Amino acid sequence: MEHIISVLVENKFGVLSRVANLFSGRGYNIEALSVAPTLDPSMSMMTIVTQGDDRIIEQIVKQLNKVIDVIKVVDLNETEFVQRETALIKIHTRQEDRAEALRIADIFRGKVVDSTPTTYTIEITGDVRKVEACINLLQPLGIKELVRTGRVAIAREPVRQAAAQPKRILKEEK
Amino acid sequence: MKLTGAEIFVECLKREGVKTIFGLPGGVVLKIFDILHQQKDVEVILTRHEAGAGHMAEGYAKATGKPGVALVTSGPGMTNVVTPLVDAYMDSVPIVVFTGQVPTHLIGNDAFQEADNVGISRPCTKYNFLVKDVNDLGQIIKEAFYIATTGRPGPVLVDIPKDVAMNKGEFRYPDRVSIRGYNPTYEGNKWQIKQAVEAIHKAQKPIAYVGGGAIFSNAHEELLEFAELTQIPVDMTLMALGAFPGSHPLSLGMMGMHGSYASNMAVHFSDLVIAIGARFDDRVTGKVSEFCPEAKVIHIDIDPTSIRKNVHVDIPIVGDVKTVLRELNAMLKATPNGHSIEQRKPWLNQINEWKAKHPLTYVQPPDALIKPQYVIDRIYQFTKDKDPIVSTDVGQHQMWAAQHFVLNKPHRWLTSGGLGTMGFGMPAALGAQAAFRDKLVLCIAGDGSFQMNMQEMATAVVNKLPVKVFILNNHFHGMVRQWQDLFYEGRYASSYLDTVPDFVKLAEAFNAVGLRATKVGEVDGVIKEALKADKPVIVDIEVDPYENCYPMIPAGGCNHEMERRI
Ligand SMILES: Cc1cc2nc3c(=O)[nH]c(=O)nc-3n(C[C@H](O)[C@H](O)[C@H](O)COP(=O)(O)OP(=O)(O)OC[C@H]3O[C@@H](n4cnc5c(N)ncnc54)[C@H](O)[C@@H]3O)c2cc1C
Ligand SMILES: Cc1ncc(C[n+]2csc(CCOP(=O)(O)OP(=O)(O)O)c2C)c(N)n1
Ligand SMILES: [Mg+2]
Repeated sequence: MEHIISVLVENKFGVLSRVANLFSGRGYNIEALSVAPTLDPSMSMMTIVTQGDDRIIEQIVKQLNKVIDVIKVVDLNETEFVQRETALIKIHTRQEDRAEALRIADIFRGKVVDSTPTTYTIEITGDVRKVEACINLLQPLGIKELVRTGRVAIAREPVRQAAAQPKRILKEEK
Repeated sequence: MKLTGAEIFVECLKREGVKTIFGLPGGVVLKIFDILHQQKDVEVILTRHEAGAGHMAEGYAKATGKPGVALVTSGPGMTNVVTPLVDAYMDSVPIVVFTGQVPTHLIGNDAFQEADNVGISRPCTKYNFLVKDVNDLGQIIKEAFYIATTGRPGPVLVDIPKDVAMNKGEFRYPDRVSIRGYNPTYEGNKWQIKQAVEAIHKAQKPIAYVGGGAIFSNAHEELLEFAELTQIPVDMTLMALGAFPGSHPLSLGMMGMHGSYASNMAVHFSDLVIAIGARFDDRVTGKVSEFCPEAKVIHIDIDPTSIRKNVHVDIPIVGDVKTVLRELNAMLKATPNGHSIEQRKPWLNQINEWKAKHPLTYVQPPDALIKPQYVIDRIYQFTKDKDPIVSTDVGQHQMWAAQHFVLNKPHRWLTSGGLGTMGFGMPAALGAQAAFRDKLVLCIAGDGSFQMNMQEMATAVVNKLPVKVFILNNHFHGMVRQWQDLFYEGRYASSYLDTVPDFVKLAEAFNAVGLRATKVGEVDGVIKEALKADKPVIVDIEVDPYENCYPMIPAGGCNHEMERRI
């Protein structure tokens, strides 16, 4: 099952590699990853999209917690959260397709952020399904290049440190 | 106070109480060695290879319980220490390794003897640092020792560029450090401990499965109290030998692949397994799905990632073994009628039956080839009253030592378990001997393993570290040959080592003492003579080259299906 994990880390040299090493060294998969500093510039927030059954996710969360530069880990799947992703889609436009491209962008509340005589670059932001639906519709027009940010996600309400120990124990401890 | 980086380095070691470090110089660390040379508080032991330095630091740490320290140069100095780093990481050994680095302005330029030290060591250390500013050096060294020795111990590397060692900076050494992402849990959760007490009271067939964590946390007294209080028999992993007295009636000795019959039958048929600072390694569990199939599992471990990594756990207790056992013992004493000695009797009887049925034995006919088990037994008989420290290399001889050398105290057993690093034994023994100059330090080595770090005999002789190395010489990579016997139809591909070198001459070349036994009748004599010598000794003992190590559970096998020959 897909999990989105928020990882608050020290904003210092080598941290990204520590986290990436952890996933590659133990054979876990990173499907998407985004990183940027938080309000407090001494910390960064990573959003990691990964896959795994309960046992693997439990290990991933524990292993992340064990990394000394990791300050807090939240498995967002344990709470309600919102997620967004941005894609920049450059499409090749023949004269007769330009109107169609704009129409599709419009449906998804995308914006044309650049235009040349033969291309449009469309910015689209939304949850993953919306971004993918938009890409699918634009594909027949000829996508030249596509970049996606990877997802960022945030819990709807404040959450405490996630399962350094499995859920069951957290419940029992209360 | 302004000091150079090199002076700060030495000041920090003094504040940490480091008496001895192991190392080998090179261009970028000359300044540090130069400052070390001009003081007396910290002794520097020059090794012949950086792998030697790393393993010596490990041996020092395992024997003392304090962090071992190594200092090596950039590039090849650092890459040579990678094996000890990984070894220490696998076995949770607290060492701090300092590496030199090219000057900061050259980093990334493929400068002479530059290697990406922090990049290379990131996956093989608990944590590592690159010091970019001499003003940070004190703080970083403090954090390095703190991280290496707290929580689950492990290796830490500090990379010091040449200019950082040369430049002057402000010396600050904090008394304490706090790292916001690092807060190991020592106290166990009370509610969980209470669950454990109830489970222990209810159990009919409980067994303690004790691991290296009991040694790191110095919990031997608490463990003894726990076992006697509850009359629960004790199985130990390879890493735990000495955590519980091996000669105690409740001890079943080592468990796992080459563990005793009783120890493995006991976990298999138990109804409650109490894992104490152990990590459910595959050499212990065998086939995971059939490991202690009937049992509830309690797991005490300071590292949450150890819990439920391989095996289902019913009552996890994150915490330090010593702290948790104290609490557990107190709660058990508060409920003295929770279980009865009567209740344990049938189980203990069953275990004694298993012990009696298949004890760890061997047969040594007087005119046959020397049996390796006999050698270990004789060494044990001659030294048991001297409270020796015993190191091993990796292979059959390691397993025979684990089976036949009975240890009653912690920190006496130096062996490489997780990585299984051949060449660990002799340098580890030197590390221990450097810490305890007056103690008897033995190394049980294999002829193959010994050759991987034999250059350190020079370190032993020059530094007057009188270790006694017993090479169980079977002229084979014996453990490999055994597997080839069992699983490759006896085709000995690349496992025969032939008859060179002559280890006695080798000893003499190093100006150490060389002794040899080729007949059973000579064994006692060479042991006695080795023990008398006040120099390092190599004893070459020609043992039966085709002896296999039993009992044995084939990899992935099930714990009650032990293959036995005797
Ligand atoms: C040739 C060969 C054969 C082997 N055969 C066997 C065999 O037959 N039987 C066997 O047992 N092993 C065998 N081993 C060793 C095996 O590979 C493992 O190294 C060993 O089983 C691990 O022991 P352990 O579980 O005690 O873990 P360790 O590696 O000692 O780990 C210690 C555990 O304790 C925890 N811990 C650390 N400090 C604390 C603390 N203060 N409080 C609480 N917890 C703490 C750690 O988090 C960790 O989980 C063999 C090795 C070799 C090379
Ligand atoms: C550095 C290293 N290389 C290879 C191995 C694989 N290996 C495990 S045991 C062994 C043979 C050890 O031979 P020896 O030291 O003579 O011990 P014996 O088994 O003969 O007692 C080998 C090659 C290892 N553990 N470590
Ligand atoms: Mg051999």
